[in-house]
Amino acid sequence: MSSYISLSYFDLALAAVFIVLNGVISIAFKLGLAKKLLIVSLRMVAQLLLVGLLLSWIFSVSSLWLTAGIALAMALFAGREIWARQERKLAGIWGFGIGTGAMMFAGMFVTLIALNTQIQPDPWWSPRYSLPLFGMILGNTMTGVSLALDRLTAMVVREKNAIEARLLLGLTRWQAMRPFVRASLRAGFMPIINAMAAMGIVSLPGMMTGQILSGVAPQEAVKYQILVMFLIGGATGLGVIGATFAATMRLSDDRHRLRLDRLKSSHTPTY
Amino acid sequence: MLEIKSVRSEIFGPLSLSIKPGQCIAIMGKSGSGKSLFLRAIADLDPNEGEISLNAKSRDAMPASEWRRMVGLVPAESGWWADSVGDHFDNMAGVAKMLAELDLPPEILSWQVARLSTGERQRLALIRALTLQPVALMLDEPTAALDRQATACVESLIQQQLAKGVSIILITHDEHQAARLADETYLLENGKLVKTSPEHKETSA
Repeated sequence: MSSYISLSYFDLALAAVFIVLNGVISIAFKLGLAKKLLIVSLRMVAQLLLVGLLLSWIFSVSSLWLTAGIALAMALFAGREIWARQERKLAGIWGFGIGTGAMMFAGMFVTLIALNTQIQPDPWWSPRYSLPLFGMILGNTMTGVSLALDRLTAMVVREKNAIEARLLLGLTRWQAMRPFVRASLRAGFMPIINAMAAMGIVSLPGMMTGQILSGVAPQEAVKYQILVMFLIGGATGLGVIGATFAATMRLSDDRHRLRLDRLKSSHTPTY
Repeated sequence: MLEIKSVRSEIFGPLSLSIKPGQCIAIMGKSGSGKSLFLRAIADLDPNEGEISLNAKSRDAMPASEWRRMVGLVPAESGWWADSVGDHFDNMAGVAKMLAELDLPPEILSWQVARLSTGERQRLALIRALTLQPVALMLDEPTAALDRQATACVESLIQQQLAKGVSIILITHDEHQAARLADETYLLENGKLVKTSPEHKETSA
């Protein structure tokens, strides 16, 4: 990695000139974006500096329990995000539990296997490897799960008459809800399928570009990217399927009834 | 024989009824009195308590899906899930004949659901339920969106089913319809069924 070029804080200030330029344009044309740009830039810098500090601390402490704790905190934040993005939520613990549980299970399962087979750092849970990997997998699984659950809950409400008509014709709950379950699965899989299709042609992924910029040979960076995409795709799929089936079960009961009473009654999205 | 014993939910009950083969019971009552919910409870579409059996076979002893194939419910608002009308029919036996009897064109099966009128949907939903050849049938205002002629067609189809020995529960707002079709009429009020007409069916010429 001899070709790694370290950046100084002066380099960063220089790059910020482009944002300042945008701010000047906004003021000149009264676009009203200058203040927002300023705030969001400062916020981003603060967040990233903090995360940098946090990561160096975690890497230096290098404790299994600390790493596990951070991973759990990441999963809970992502779970809250899934919960908040659903317009119609399941009532009670289920609203948070199904999405978070499925995402966490899928993300951890795939991360643990990758750490112990393909990557094999020493120790296997080394936070330098496990946390970024878990983060990438979690972020994508979160997107998939939240899209699938949002689609499913919105659909069963909108298609109540259709689902009940199918139930009344003697179909089981799984048969009756199948078209809507399939649409939810499609919605959950769509982002990862699009990302995989565009990979390398439309988009050069951030992780790979980052590795190349820091001096890794392109073929090596590509190998890492392929590994990561498989892991992300696998975890997203498992999470989406798990969450959709669990939610379908919760939205119906063993007497093959549609149970919309198990959704929270509020109509207003909370985000 | 459809036997309903002390069925109740939060809104109504306990309600009991027993309906012999070929018998028609009409239920009337204000909107919101729980008539539709009572039918949904019998079909086990909402959580409810009580004993229901059909020809001595208990509802709770079989999967709800199997129960609903024998005890058909046609709700006031029909549900559709595919674009084309025909895709909603699994079993085409008898469909053509019933379409003709309900004054619907045979090519309606290739139409888009979106272009159907409410009355057409209502009649198609009835036909769809009848393709399962249910032993008992519950109809929630089956002629609410229909003109006089179509209403007469639906009523004669109901008569046919009664003649075949199907037990029918009919929700209606029209006391003349109740008198034409039903052997007994009840009023659902404050969660209780009150018998209003012991008299026999009007015999239509």
